[in-house]
Amino acid sequence: MVDTPAIIEFRGVHRRFGGQHVLRDVSFTIKRGESVAIIGESGCGKSVTLKLMIGLLNPSEGAVLLDNRPMEGRSEKELTSDRLRFGYVFQQAALFDSLTVADNVAFGLRQNTRMPESQIADIVRERLREVGLPESASAKKPAELSGGMRKRVGLARALALAPEIMLYDEPTTGLDPIMSDVINELILRVRERRPITNIVVTHDMVTVGRTVDRVIMLYPQPRLGADEPQIIFDGTPAEAFTAADPRVYQFVHGQAGERLLEMATR
Amino acid sequence: MSTASPATERTTIVHVIGGLCLTVIRDAGELTLFALDMLVWLLTRRWRRSVLITCLYQIGVESIPVVLTTGAFIGMVMAVQSYDQLRYMHLETNLGAVINISLVKELGPVLAATMLAGRVGCAMAAELGTMKITEQIDALRVLGANPMHYLVVPRFVACVIMVPVLTLLADAAGVVGGWFFSTQVCGVDSHHYWTHTEEFINWFDVAGGIVKATFFGGAMALVSCQRGFACRAGAEGVGQAATQAFVYGFVAILALDFFLGILLNAIYPLMGLMSTGLN
Repeated sequence: MVDTPAIIEFRGVHRRFGGQHVLRDVSFTIKRGESVAIIGESGCGKSVTLKLMIGLLNPSEGAVLLDNRPMEGRSEKELTSDRLRFGYVFQQAALFDSLTVADNVAFGLRQNTRMPESQIADIVRERLREVGLPESASAKKPAELSGGMRKRVGLARALALAPEIMLYDEPTTGLDPIMSDVINELILRVRERRPITNIVVTHDMVTVGRTVDRVIMLYPQPRLGADEPQIIFDGTPAEAFTAADPRVYQFVHGQAGERLLEMATR
Repeated sequence: MSTASPATERTTIVHVIGGLCLTVIRDAGELTLFALDMLVWLLTRRWRRSVLITCLYQIGVESIPVVLTTGAFIGMVMAVQSYDQLRYMHLETNLGAVINISLVKELGPVLAATMLAGRVGCAMAAELGTMKITEQIDALRVLGANPMHYLVVPRFVACVIMVPVLTLLADAAGVVGGWFFSTQVCGVDSHHYWTHTEEFINWFDVAGGIVKATFFGGAMALVSCQRGFACRAGAEGVGQAATQAFVYGFVAILALDFFLGILLNAIYPLMGLMSTGLN
């Protein structure tokens, strides 16, 4: 079996915000073509991990490597061209309010290529069709869209520049079960059609079960003991559902256990 | 037995003053770094024309009605306040000189900029703040656009261009408002009104006001954009960013007015304009 090279690597990464230590000595590797979910309770640093991967944040200590080269220390120009290798679907879609749906999807193409407008329009139409949005939606402003439509426009925008790595930040949060399933299906289809690396940050175990083949679980840093690692699970979704560690088991099965009492007394 | 608790220690006047000083130094440092970063993008990259045109329209064209209204009332209020004083000294024909020199040198630039700091500056801080907390600024970076280049540079350029233009409009409206009230309501002779105006005002006064307005526009844009970028999460954070944009912008306008006033007064005699009127 050919050993696939690492595309993203975290080496002893710490990230602090003021006095708040969110990530503590986190290390893992993601190989090219893998589909990985990063799960964990709210506030455990999942979204921070995603932003570190794409260079929107820098580690306080340690290194984040893209293709075996640290992200830190790269010039603004290099970082910009590296970021274009990623497609990022934001938690609340982060569509530009002042632009129409079509302009949102076309933004990256206009910003980074010299394509003629007719070609851009074709790509926009194709990406919107791919995420199941009618052509009539293209003239609408983000404020006129439902939550599910916004997420799909965000996905279309992320796909417009044909990325190698897709980052999904809680793609199904705030959506009804049907729309969540639509998004999960789209995540699967996107991966089927392209040779991409998928990284999904979520606490939706349905998304984990359907869309990925590896799960990394982070535990909130303040609840860890001094020598405990912050990554408390790294394995397949099936292994996560039958994990012996009660912290993993409770999370994937949605069991609060003693947490309510613990939170009240903390 | 009684020992001061840490909470009591934190509230001493020394801590309050120290905290305030640190805040001022930190904010000034952040603003300076922000301005330098903006300048680099302003001078090294081509401006995005489509964004600039939108900003010029929103900052300039949409502010015209309110600037004209404010300017006209300033002129009329000046006439109301000055007429009685000058009449006691039988100098009411000098009303034009008093109103118009005050307008073009001080009140026009300062009040137009203050009003724009409220209308435009707060809106910019709130818009950029909302973009920050909804991750739209991160989305710009992800899509290969630098937020400083895409969001701040066009707003800065638009303010530097449009605030002087709007100040000229405010000056013009104030001149007309002052003339109208002085001649049509107070009965000052129109001919003498303009003659005294021409004797007292020269082009340097008008140009000085416009130079001030240019600096006010730049300062207002920088302060507002920086506050927007520093916005904290939530509706409260956006509200705070908008309020700070106005307060800091207003303070910057007054401070600049003071220092530019000293500078212009120093340059004035060198220009040989002491006795040269508009004609």
